[in-house]
Formats: sequence, C-alpha cells, structure tokens
Amino acid sequence: MSDMTRRQFLAITGSGLAGSSLALLGFSPGPALAEVREFKLSRATETRNTCPYCSVSCGLLMYSHGDRSKNATASIFHIEGDPDHPVNRGTLCPKGAALIDFIHSPSRLTHPEYRAPGSDRWQRISWDEALERVARLMKQDRDANFIARNAAGQTVNRWLTTGMLAASASSNEAGYITHKVIRSLGVLAFDNQARV
Amino acid sequence: MTNHWVDIKNADLVLIMGGNAAEAHPCGFKWVTEAKAHNKARLIVVDPRFNRSASVADVYAPIRAGTDIAFLGGVINYLLANDKIQRDYVIHYTDASFIVREDFAFNEGLYSGYDPDNRSYDKTSWEYEIGGDGFAHVDPTLAHPRCVLNLMKQHYSRYTPEMVERVCGTPKEKFQQICEMIGSTATPTRAMTIMYALGWTQHSVGSQMIRCGAMVQLLLGNIGVSGGGMNALRGHSNIQGLTDLGLLSNTLPGYISLPFDREQDYDKYVAMRAYRPLRPNQMSYWQNFSKFFVSLQKAWWGDAATAENHWAYDYLPKFDKLYDMLQVFDMMEHGEMNGYLAQGFNPLAAAPNKAKMTAALSKLKFLVIMDPLVTETSEFWRNYGVHNDVDSSKIQTEVIRLPVTCFAEEDGALVNSGRWLQWHWKGGEPPGEARTDIEIMAELFNRLRKLYQTEGGAFPDPIVNLSWPYIRPNKPTPEELAKEYSGRALTELVDPKNPTNVVRKRGEQLAGFGELRDDGSTASGCWIFCGAWGPAGNLMARRDNSDPTGIGQTLNWAWSWPANRRVLYNRASCDANGKPFNPERMLIAWNGKQWIGADTPDFKVDDDPTAGVGPFIMNQEGVARFFARGHMTEGPFPEHYEPFESPLGYNPLSRNEPRAVSNPAARIFKADREALGNVAQFPHVATTYRLTEHFHYWTKHVRLNAITQPEQFVEIGAALADELGIAAGDRVRVSSNRGHIEAVAVVTKRIRALNIDGKTVHTVGIPIHWGFTGLARPGYLANTLTPFVGDGNSQTPEFKAFLVKVEKIADASPASGQKT
Repeated sequence: MSDMTRRQFLAITGSGLAGSSLALLGFSPGPALAEVREFKLSRATETRNTCPYCSVSCGLLMYSHGDRSKNATASIFHIEGDPDHPVNRGTLCPKGAALIDFIHSPSRLTHPEYRAPGSDRWQRISWDEALERVARLMKQDRDANFIARNAAGQTVNRWLTTGMLAASASSNEAGYITHKVIRSLGVLAFDNQARV
Repeated sequence: MTNHWVDIKNADLVLIMGGNAAEAHPCGFKWVTEAKAHNKARLIVVDPRFNRSASVADVYAPIRAGTDIAFLGGVINYLLANDKIQRDYVIHYTDASFIVREDFAFNEGLYSGYDPDNRSYDKTSWEYEIGGDGFAHVDPTLAHPRCVLNLMKQHYSRYTPEMVERVCGTPKEKFQQICEMIGSTATPTRAMTIMYALGWTQHSVGSQMIRCGAMVQLLLGNIGVSGGGMNALRGHSNIQGLTDLGLLSNTLPGYISLPFDREQDYDKYVAMRAYRPLRPNQMSYWQNFSKFFVSLQKAWWGDAATAENHWAYDYLPKFDKLYDMLQVFDMMEHGEMNGYLAQGFNPLAAAPNKAKMTAALSKLKFLVIMDPLVTETSEFWRNYGVHNDVDSSKIQTEVIRLPVTCFAEEDGALVNSGRWLQWHWKGGEPPGEARTDIEIMAELFNRLRKLYQTEGGAFPDPIVNLSWPYIRPNKPTPEELAKEYSGRALTELVDPKNPTNVVRKRGEQLAGFGELRDDGSTASGCWIFCGAWGPAGNLMARRDNSDPTGIGQTLNWAWSWPANRRVLYNRASCDANGKPFNPERMLIAWNGKQWIGADTPDFKVDDDPTAGVGPFIMNQEGVARFFARGHMTEGPFPEHYEPFESPLGYNPLSRNEPRAVSNPAARIFKADREALGNVAQFPHVATTYRLTEHFHYWTKHVRLNAITQPEQFVEIGAALADELGIAAGDRVRVSSNRGHIEAVAVVTKRIRALNIDGKTVHTVGIPIHWGFTGLARPGYLANTLTPFVGDGNSQTPEFKAFLVKVEKIADASPASGQKT
C-alpha cells in the first residue's frame, strides 16, 4: 500500500473521496469521524463588491481574514461571483475569476516614489514629500501660465500647461471630487478613458 | 445603453456589430444566450473576424474594418425600399415628417457649407424650415420632397447591395439575408437589440456609425421598447460614471457643456442650452438647464456662488478649442505642456503612436502617476530593451509615483453599462502606504489651497472659495461625496403653489432632479444622479433582486439614472393612446389617469397621451432625429468615408471627390497626416482587439491571466499566411508607418481575405494586451502602430482600421528582452 500513488489509490476507491469506505480499505479516519471539518469560508468576513474590469459590473463576494475588529487587518483570500446579482447571477469570466491575483499582484505599488530628471531609477519618498512637491510644481506652473483674459480681452480663466487624465475604474465619488478640484484650478486639458 | 444587460433576454433578434460581447463582456453575453434559449431569439454577428460571438451566431457576415456605415446605410436603403418600417412609430415618434431647408444639399460625399481650408462646415443649411411662430414645418403625409424621410430615402438609395459588397466585401446574398432578418422586427411585437462597443467607437467616423445603427432602430420602432435599444457595451467598470460626471475637457457633470470664450454673458450661455421646443406642446426638458447648472455651482462653490456673480460663472474656465487627449498630447510634443497627472490611466499604452507619446512625455517638466500598478507610462523613461528603447539620461521629466488602492479596498459607487449606480464595500486593507484617489485629491487640494491662502497667486478665488464641507478635510468619505453629487435643499423648500406646504426641510436630501431650483436654494453636483442618495438614504446600495413582471426590471436593485428609469425613452413603447405596442413585454401603459408599469415612465406621470407630447422629451422636437441638424461635425446623415489609412485610397461612394475619401471634417494635425502610410507600402488592413483572458494593460500584472495568455501574438488569415510563407507559431514583424512590433503568428481561418472593389484585401488582428511591465512575457505596446487621428466628434482614436505590412522574421529565436 505504501508504494501506491495517488492516481492508483483513486482508481481503487472508485475515484471519489467518499470517506466512509476508507475504513474498509484499512485506513483509520481517526478524529475525522468525531468532527465535520468546517467549510473554510464560513469563518471569513464576507463583503460585497463589483468587478473593476468591464461595464457588465458583475457582483462579487469577497472573503477576508479578520472580523473587522479594531486590531485585525483584513486580507482578502477568495473572490467569487455574487449569486444574488441580477446581471451575473454568480458567474465570473476568466478575468473576474482571477481578481484575487490582481489584489495581491507583485506589481502593486506600496509607497510614493520619485524619479529625478535624467535618472534611471526610483527613490522612495514620503507622502508628505510627494504631495508637497506636486502641490508646489502645480502652483508654480499655474501662477506662471494662467490665462485670465484672451487676446480679445474676454475673461477665460484657464490653465492650459498642466493636464490630467482621470481613472474610469475609480468610483463616482473619486471621479466627482477629482473633477471638482481640477476644474476649480481652471484646467481644460482633462479627460478620462471615455475619450479612447 | 438605452436598455440594460438583463433586458437583452427580451430580444427577438440580436445584432452584434462593432463589438464582440462573448469575448469582451462574457457575463453580459449570457443574456444573449438566454434570449436564444428562452425567447427563440436569433443572433447576427457582423465583424472582420469570425470571433467568439460569431461562433454561436445564427448568421455571421464578414465586413472590412471601417466600413460599417456602408453596411448600415445599405440596411436603411433596404428597409425604406421594401417598406420594412414601423410606420406609426416613424410618423409619430421621429422627425421623418419635418421639412428641411431648401438650401440643404449633398453632393459627392460633401454636404452644403464645406470649407476645405478649415476642414469644417458652415452648418446653417443643416436645419429644418422654421416658421414665423418659431416651430418647424412638418408634412405628416410624408409627401414633401424635402421632408426628412424623403431626403433619407434619396441619400441611402446609393447604398445598394452591390455597393455594400464592393465597399464592405460582404457577399450580397449574406447581406440580403441579414436585411430580411432585421426587417422582420419592424412589426410592433418583435424587437431587435444592437450591441456595440469600441469596434464602432474607435474610427474616424465612429460617432456616425453609432448614429447609423440608431437610425436603423428608429425605423424599426426598436428604441424605447423592452428587448430593443442601442446598447453600448462600455469598457471600464466606471467609464459610464466618469462620463456622466463630465470628466472630459469640455463638459461639466450631467452632460452640461462648459462655456466658450465668446459666451461672456451668463444669460446667453444659459439660453443657448435651455433649448426651446421646435413643435407645439413639447416638453424639451433642457429648458430646465438653469436649475441643473445653478445647483452644480452651489455644490461646488456654496455661498460664494450668488445671483449677483451669476453663480460664480467666471470661476469656470472658458474654452477656445477642444483640449481632448489627442490635442493635449500634440501640444505636449510641441513643448506647450509642463505638467501632467495620470490617475489610473496608462496613456503611453492607451494612446496612438507610441513614438509620439514617448517624445511628448519626455518634454514634460513633471509627471504625476496615481495607480495601483506599475504602468508603462510611469516608467516611460526606463530602458526595457527592444520594448522600450529609450535613453534615461536624456529624459529630463521629473516623475512622482503615488500608490493607490484598488476596488476591493474602498467603498463607493460604480455605474454599469446599463446606467445602474451600484454601491460596493471595502473588504481588505491596501498594501503598504497606498491611499485612495479621494484622499490623494483631497490632500493635494488642501495643500494647494493653503499655498494660495498664504502666498496668493493667479486668480485664487475659485480655489480658496471651493466648498469643502467634509468633516475630515483630508479624508472626505464616499458617503459625504455621494450625498453631495445627489443633492440637498439649502433652505426650506416650499410648494410654489401652496407656500404653507414644506416640500423639503433645510439640509434634507432631494428625491430627484424635479426638485432642483435655479434660485440658489438647492445644491446637486450631478443633476442626473439626483435622488441616488435621497431622503430615504442610499438607494445605490439596494439589493432587492425581485423582478415582479418577469421581464428583468429589478427596480429595487441599486439605482439607475435618470430617476431610476431602466429603459430610456420607454414612452415610445406605447402607441399614441398610451397602449403598449407589445402587451407581452409591457414597460409602461396609460391607465386613463396616469402612467403605470414595470419602469419609471420617461414622461410626465399624469400627462394624457392624447395631448400630443412626444416621447423623446429631451429633444426640442419631442421626437427622435434622423436628421442630426448641426449636432454632428461631418453631416446630418451618416455617410461612408474610408479610414484615414485606406486600402483603396478612394471612396467608392464618391469616386470623383478627393476631399471626401476620408472624413472631411475630422481634425488631423499636419505631422500626423504625414505619418500616415499608404497601401503601396503597407498593404494589409489591421484592427486591434481584446481577449477574454485579459483586461487592457492590467491583467498582464495578474498571475492567472498571465498564465492563460502569456505571450503577445497577432492573428493572420490562412490565405495571407500562405502568401507570405508564414506558419503558425512563426515570429512575425508587423509594421506601420509609425513603428513596428514583433509577435508570434496565430494562423487562422477566422479571418478571411475580402474582395473589395475587385481587389483582395487581407486583415490582420492585433490583440492589445502586452507591454514592458508585468508578469506576462514582455511585448510591444500595440499602439506603437496606430495612427494619431480621431473621430470627428469625440476625437476617439482610429484604432480599428489602419494599414500595416506583415513579414516573417527569419531568425525564429525568441526576441531579446524576454524573461526566461
């Protein structure tokens, strides 16, 4: 028996891992008989979300470690389609089904970085340094190039030398505040993925 | 989408054209399968490739990339010539009977008013005949030679089945079969849905392709009905929401356009947008424009927006020309831009002509990246061998890269293709120090505001006065922001007819845009979203999936704009007396006192149908327009123009007019015109596309997807492969006049050679998903090849039809730069 491969074992037992017949083959299930193993997801925290890819916007169930208590750090370990969702009814495509690997992709950025002119590398900086630098660069450029009036003397109040592209996968709330901020600066060079 | 995903199950016929839903929107395509299985629906797919949608279609027809208007114009010709139209609908619900001005003309591909020097039109003649009372002249008998229907007949009479075959390469018999199937839905009880995506959008005539599809649907009476509609399958999870919220160069939230320089007078700005009805009794709902605009200005600038300063009208930038992406990157290449911020956007990969993009980004003083992932744009300055061969030392751009959370790490709402605003919840902590876009924009703004408060600077007023009522100024919550864009009462609102009746208390959330006012007493950051977070709370978070009528109208699941309406123009699903055309799939009906049914009526709820108010309440006409008047750049009727890189070099529909080969009113910059290739050097038509295993340039960072589609390939038809001696698995070089890529050849029977006006034309398929960062094998950005020219109206680049040359690479060893 000890030389038996898993494939041979499955063949002998009729391929199903129907536990009750194992004892007949000489295996002792031991404590397994005393306790039904709990389904892994039953102790996870379930959160409802929406797939971030295409605009079918399939409903998701995300399962995470951590019970939302103060000192527990939530970490998602499983994602599946939400069967209650009227559009996807629990299904996901090959992209949605792999979302767990997006969240935990090694390409995720983890801290602010800076690339100096002419350099071939990043250097780590703090949020405070990063945001102070961006705010300063933007103000310098706006103050130097803001157009209050055009050649005809009309009030135009625009800033054309800095632009922005906004994210079509971020939420309404992120999009709304981005628009509010950018337009208050007088920016016109402003688009989102709808342009492409 | 005029309709929504689940409603597709009600279709009797599905036309997928300009998209490939089975591949790119698989879980939405399920509703096509449902319609086929349970509604006896049939599926037609028209596409340059026999794609995954085609593989389960009842009828597939090939078409040359970029010729969809020729095909659809041919369908219109068939429907009109064979009287396959829903006559009552066309007469009562469209502008078919409206009479067009006498000086309107069309000749050899050009409309009246063309100015070749500026590549634009004087559109004065593109208008109805208007009487002294301000209303358009109509002829309900449709006898007038210049009524819209007769002009349409005349225009599309040139689009014969023979012409369709010559231009599109679609066999005449196949075209005829499809016309007959489409024509079968002209009866009131049959509906066709059209599903399209970037395959229509990404052309120099993309907007007109979509318009042409909508015209087919109007002739058939398929707009506003269950199982019908024009259904754009949008590409990003919130591209609909960002469009609704107006994050485009010339718009404000809720499809409000920014003022031009010439609109110095606030009252005239409003008057230009508060469209007056063009027929008696019509609602012309944009007449309420000032209520939407003032409520927006109050949401943004609060007490600083007053009647005296015209609601802070001067705080808004005025525009002299469109600053769309292509315009901006062209300015950047010419050294006219200093700074750029890319939030969740990878323009080096997503914009045309990578070489131009690299040159442009290299001229910036600073670039700020906010993204969850390592995008190509963020590392455009770094040498990645053949895939990004740059010299870092020569690029002087300062780059700051900020890590951002992803969907799973934040709360908020996204708008799906069917206009549903769906709330989602955070389930995990972000990695490292990543922050939300909201926190980044808030803190950046607060730092800028502080600088302006302490130092002064150029026109600080709109910055220092921006309304910022958030409890934690650097961390506004999604709930606070959602309530703000939905809208609230700023003072106690009373019923104007009965001042003792308080409609809303001060500070209360509003139930809908009908409650908005233009006296400064309401604030709403996006009028079409008004009511999403109403007096009863966050309706976007609703999760009741019950469907009492069985036609997929889950009105208590999330919230749909506008006014929780699930099918736009649903008044058009009923006849002139308010009786449903198809009682089996009733959306709404008139019960003698009010409109009732399975949807929010797209009409005043107690308006008697016999009063003659038209169903298209946003239009001045009250009806749908076949004749676009001045609303489109290149003409009131869609006309076929060749792609800017055409395998013919002439337009078979206007053979003698060299100015009408390609869109005569599309903007193209001089250097980009010079960078176009011709058919002698680049003989093959290329079209870019997406794979079901990948999403744009994100999933090459995702292990499972990088495993399922690891390596860049291009798809080549067997006939072309034979001609060039290419076997499946060989490496090939694909070049355009702007650059080249190298990839594995997939040789397939899915792409056939087409006979175009007597000439054999091959198509090459180019999936877009690879690049020089991520887990998948490094590849070339597909947009190395694409031309820098956009649609005449939207400026969306022409990614779906351009010219390339394919060559076999003699040395079959893997390209350098590959990971092993």
